[in-house]
Amino acid sequence: MEEWDMLNNLHIDALREIGNIGAGNAATSLANLLNKRIDMTVPWAGVLPLKEITTLVGKEEEPVACIEFSVSGSIMSKILFLLDESSCYLLIDLLLGRPQGTTKSLDKMGISVLKEVGNVVTGSFLSAFAGFCQMSLKPTVPAFAFDMLGAVLSSAFIEGGYFSDKALVVENGFFGEEIKIKGHFFLIPENEALEKIFNSLGLSLV
Amino acid sequence: MEALIKTQKIKESKVGIAEWQVLSAPARLITLGLGSCVGIAIYDRTFRIGGLAHIMLADSTQFNDKNNRAKFADLAIPDMFNEMVRKGAKRHKMVAKIAGGAQMFSSTDRHLSVLNIGQRNVEMVKNTLKNLNIPIINEDTGGNYGRTLIFDLETGEVHIRVMGRGIKTI
Repeated sequence: MEEWDMLNNLHIDALREIGNIGAGNAATSLANLLNKRIDMTVPWAGVLPLKEITTLVGKEEEPVACIEFSVSGSIMSKILFLLDESSCYLLIDLLLGRPQGTTKSLDKMGISVLKEVGNVVTGSFLSAFAGFCQMSLKPTVPAFAFDMLGAVLSSAFIEGGYFSDKALVVENGFFGEEIKIKGHFFLIPENEALEKIFNSLGLSLV
Repeated sequence: MEALIKTQKIKESKVGIAEWQVLSAPARLITLGLGSCVGIAIYDRTFRIGGLAHIMLADSTQFNDKNNRAKFADLAIPDMFNEMVRKGAKRHKMVAKIAGGAQMFSSTDRHLSVLNIGQRNVEMVKNTLKNLNIPIINEDTGGNYGRTLIFDLETGEVHIRVMGRGIKTI
């Protein structure tokens, strides 16, 4: 029996609220960084097989960048920030002050720009999350991959030491109004994290 | 490439992550986006029966939850082998081709971890095939990129699609 087998609607709502608060803060920091308006979708929370997590983002062979963090501190969890190919190039152009359309492939410089975007977004997500739950949360140095979505997502889990073929995810979509940016942000609480999250909010798991 | 275009009308079947499937020609078995996972194509060229597995992890003995046997190299390959035999394939006619086992993520602190899952998956796949006496006649493993594997049961050819590198046949 997994912790998530005990989840009820109230728990799911609490997780979505974390998604809301965290991603709201993250979208604001991304918007400040780019000086453009960034919106987010209504957060989704629940338990999904890996295959369906892929479906939330797109097609298995679609190229994506994934910036991955492990979170330590009060709870252990994993964070994945995914961007589709054209969003990657646009972000690099915007942040390096180049005309849009300049970047057409990823080089070292581009990768470090994307990791930095990941740092900003993850940092602001975590600080809102930590504040809401009165916890202390620290992200690791980011790991990076740019490849087919299917390969990237499955490997993000297993290379990161997460071996179940299902995961509890809190998902948020990001999109730009004036610019074409599309991204997904996943929070994946690891073992024993759930109980601590709910306790901090005055809920219990059973 | 030509072979791919010619056979476009035949039955295509998708093998998902932590799944395997056995079919007879004419058909193609496809698995998309192998990262550190490994794709194992076993073929009986006489009866033209083929099996394709997409494993995630090497060793089931390290885990308590074995509900999905197809997830583990050491369980999925013998299970698929048995199904091939049940469908009429002969052990001494079988050959294998494998692909995947990459390390997708790079990080400045990731090298601190000794575990390269992709490499360990490939090793377990090789051991398991060896125990079944199935020779590996070709492979495309390792590296840091994802692969799509297309297994043509008509010819036994395995086509590997890599982002930005086109298709190669093993």
